Amino acid sequence: MMQWETVIGLEVHVQLATRSKIFSGASTAFGAEPNSQACAVDLGMPGVLPVLNESAVAMAVQFGLGIDAEIPEVSIFDRKNYFYPDLPKGYQTSQMYHPIVGPGEVEITLDDGETKRIRVHHAHLEEDAGKSLHEDFHGMTGVDLNRAGTPLLEIVSEPDMRSAKEAAAYLKAIHSIVTYLGISDGNMAEGSMRCDVNVSVRPKGQEAFGTRAEIKNVNSFRFVERAIAFEVERQVELLEDGGKVVQETRLYDPDADETRSMRTKEEANDYRYFPCPDLLPVVLDDAYVDHLRTSLPELPAEKRARFQSELGLSAYDAGVLSATRAMADFFEGVKDVCGDAKLAANWVQGEFAGRLNKEGLDIASSPVSATQLGELVARVKDETINGKAAKQVFAALWDGEGDSADAIIEAKGLKQVTDTGAIEAMIDQVIADSPVQVAQYRDAEPDKRGKMIGYFVGQVMKASRGTANPQQVNGLLKEKLDALC
Amino acid sequence: MALEPQDVQRAAHLARLGLDDNDADRYVDDLTRILEMADQLQAVDTDGVAPLAHPLDATQRLRADEVTETDQRERFQRNAPAVENGLYLVPRVVE
Amino acid sequence: MHDMTLTELARALEAGEFTSRQLTESLLERIEHLDGELNSFISVTAEQALAAADAADDARTRGEAGPLTGLPLALKDIFCTEGVKTSCGSKMLDNFIAPYDANVVEKLKAAGTVSLGKTNMDEFAMGSSNENSHYGPVKNPWDLSAVPGGSSGGSAAAVAAGLVPAALGTDTGGSIRQPAAFCGITGLKPTYGRVSRYGMVAYASSLDQAGPMARTAEDCALLLSAIAGHDLRDSTSVARGVPDYRAELGTSLSGLKIGLPKEYFGDGLDPAVESAIREAVKVYESLGATVQEVSLPHTHHAIPAYYVIAPAEASSNLSRYDGVRFGHRCDAPKDLEDLYKRSRAEGFGDEVKRRILIGTHTLSEGFFDAYYKKAQQVRRLIRQDFMDAFEEVDVLMGPSTPTPAFDLGANKDPVSMYLQDIYTIAINLAGIPGISVPAGNVDGRPVGLQILGPHFAESQLLNVAHQFQQVTDWHQQRPAFGKENA
Repeated sequence: MMQWETVIGLEVHVQLATRSKIFSGASTAFGAEPNSQACAVDLGMPGVLPVLNESAVAMAVQFGLGIDAEIPEVSIFDRKNYFYPDLPKGYQTSQMYHPIVGPGEVEITLDDGETKRIRVHHAHLEEDAGKSLHEDFHGMTGVDLNRAGTPLLEIVSEPDMRSAKEAAAYLKAIHSIVTYLGISDGNMAEGSMRCDVNVSVRPKGQEAFGTRAEIKNVNSFRFVERAIAFEVERQVELLEDGGKVVQETRLYDPDADETRSMRTKEEANDYRYFPCPDLLPVVLDDAYVDHLRTSLPELPAEKRARFQSELGLSAYDAGVLSATRAMADFFEGVKDVCGDAKLAANWVQGEFAGRLNKEGLDIASSPVSATQLGELVARVKDETINGKAAKQVFAALWDGEGDSADAIIEAKGLKQVTDTGAIEAMIDQVIADSPVQVAQYRDAEPDKRGKMIGYFVGQVMKASRGTANPQQVNGLLKEKLDALC
Repeated sequence: MALEPQDVQRAAHLARLGLDDNDADRYVDDLTRILEMADQLQAVDTDGVAPLAHPLDATQRLRADEVTETDQRERFQRNAPAVENGLYLVPRVVE
Repeated sequence: MHDMTLTELARALEAGEFTSRQLTESLLERIEHLDGELNSFISVTAEQALAAADAADDARTRGEAGPLTGLPLALKDIFCTEGVKTSCGSKMLDNFIAPYDANVVEKLKAAGTVSLGKTNMDEFAMGSSNENSHYGPVKNPWDLSAVPGGSSGGSAAAVAAGLVPAALGTDTGGSIRQPAAFCGITGLKPTYGRVSRYGMVAYASSLDQAGPMARTAEDCALLLSAIAGHDLRDSTSVARGVPDYRAELGTSLSGLKIGLPKEYFGDGLDPAVESAIREAVKVYESLGATVQEVSLPHTHHAIPAYYVIAPAEASSNLSRYDGVRFGHRCDAPKDLEDLYKRSRAEGFGDEVKRRILIGTHTLSEGFFDAYYKKAQQVRRLIRQDFMDAFEEVDVLMGPSTPTPAFDLGANKDPVSMYLQDIYTIAINLAGIPGISVPAGNVDGRPVGLQILGPHFAESQLLNVAHQFQQVTDWHQQRPAFGKENA
């Protein structure tokens, strides 16, 4: 049986988080009334002209610096000519030959913790198209051009990925870089990040690439994995049956979980690229690029390394906590307040992440702030409360029963009892109330007694309403029971 | 460079210009002669000459990222041949 | 008053000899009587003109008049004018009411000028005779059987016929200078980027430039000061101060170095035109200028380069006319492709289609390098020719056109029509300024002298033209047409 190798390259389109469009002063806000944010330039009206948005340029360069890419001194906008109702001017302004970001690299982390470097061929700026709405207008299609002219950064990888998992990891890495940089909201559901996937297969060991298919417009991490899995299986089956893969554009249908050929749009396209005469060459000097470089925030890879080296977190924990900027910022917030990185890491990944997940919320909409959680963890660390009580406090914070951990601890009387006298009194009471269990304990073999002590601990904790320090209870109980033997 | 009617039809299709066969034949001759004239450029030695896209050696100015446009949909759509609910209407697009 | 220059009219308005309203009414009446025959206007905006004239008169009463307040003019129908049809000479835009003003229109309104209407033109500025207009050809007031030139033929004819003292035109390959020459008026194509292109319907974006057309260089100077300047909405507009061009007209020409490009005096030049130009050059010598022959070796490649670059840009610029958001839409399209193909086939005229097809073909796969890239390389060589020449001389002079105005219908063949632009087209490729001034008359048809300077040498060009007009009267001659309506 032939062994096949999958080869994947991704073109990721990232909507940049500018206030206005790439070439006009119209708003980029999502969800406005149709065509209410399409100005004369976006509509391609006669005589109006494009002027380049400085934030779009800065964001593109920041991305380039974030992946250690070359930033060429000169980049040039070209026109890509084709007719479509969502493309008002009959051409898309893009960068074909001289992109703003040159070759770079993105590090991805796989599930087994291993890392791999994926080369980025280049990234270029372009304008987004509008949207065609196919609900019925007397058999017509409606066109909304609000999105037309929204700045996109198209990030084109080399065909360096060898599995669907790697492709998904790459997409996550890009997502994490752009959200760290704050150059995109990364919202895949609203289309802020979409990707085209180039997939081919070749016999293992063969150097030449197989014929690829391009899967257009995949808009979630999960769909990327599934679309590739389907496509690889389709291509392998085809080749093993003696067929040939056709170079074509395909569409992933999430409902059917399959890719389909887009033959209707697959006529011979000839985009007739040429330099846009309405825009001049964009020249970025060293001072400009250096300024952006020095103001670059810490990026995921750096953060992950620092979490390990400075905070002593495991590779796994560092990876999870640096995956998104929101997660990293939250974790660092908790850590700064409580002063214990490992404890903070456990709480953020455990109780906190679990609850978010259960409620289907993201960090931004969490009812518990990093400061609140930090204060709670601080009380665990200084042993004001024990672990069990801490979970109660967390639940109360989440449900809004109090503003701070301290207030809830106070109100619920959860402060851990560490006064030996008080604990001894409770133990004495439990021993007095449990003659049968004491007798069993005494009669047991000494190596069985360890297990039997659990009953007494439980009773004492119950008597203290969970506030007794469990270690103390354990030690004192053992002393007292053994004295009875 | 002599053109064939199908070259003209191909360009007409790319440019979404409806041409019937008579039109296409008529343009074949015109376009052939225009291209013959353009072919004179081949005689010019341009080795090592960079293409010139703009007559001045100027560079792109950048615009501040500010929203300066307001909603003018109603004004703009007065020129539109077919609109409904604020959308421009076109014959059904099959995806 | 219809014979007066802008400068004279400004003085008369200032002196209270008549009001802007009286002037405007008089010219509107003249248009009404004469333009049926000339066809120089596509739209006459009488109501708006009278309102603007009244506003100008009020401003003058309040003591708030500027140098252009109350002066009437006309706009080539390529400039978007808010609330007024902006057709660009095309059926495609016959129903287009611009929702905004072009930058130059805003500036002229702010300066208090009175626009009488929108002038006829070759469709989308593609043509050298004004025969390519959806609204019919314009006639040359000097000889109604002759063309006025193109594409700003309506503007040139209206000024020459005394319908309006000045007009704005645009020049992509000679469209201001050639009709100015054919109609015996003065027309300036400024340096590329000197005047904003915002709101000017695009033909070939890297070549298009707006400029003034008037009876004298002095009037062109007055108008250029009003329309030039940096515009944040046009990336190719140049951030550079605008001088008071009229204030810089007094310089003596003593010691001026004039170059005569030998390629502009070769085969194809009408001998009568040549002798008129050589006479004009003698006038300059008498004013203290020195003359030498220079060479622009790539001159003959300018037309081929232009007819690759301009149609390529045009094919893309005109894709927006698709029958979806504005402009002509065919009846009952059966599908999307039918909508595009029929709307565009019906909306565009023959020459526009020809250029769209050429541009589409030369940009397409397999042809791009041989045509478009090659033409851009040649474009650099052409620009270099001029830069080299301006190392030796201050200005270049030659004929604006190889012949005086030709007869309507004389150039049926597109290529022979293209060759008419031999002396004007390279200037757009190089982006330099050029002015055409009346300098003779051959069998009742005017001859234009073209003067060229380096980038941003408008002050010098205007002064060189102005000094000529101080000692010659070609610019004061008027056609017989319309004299009885004086």
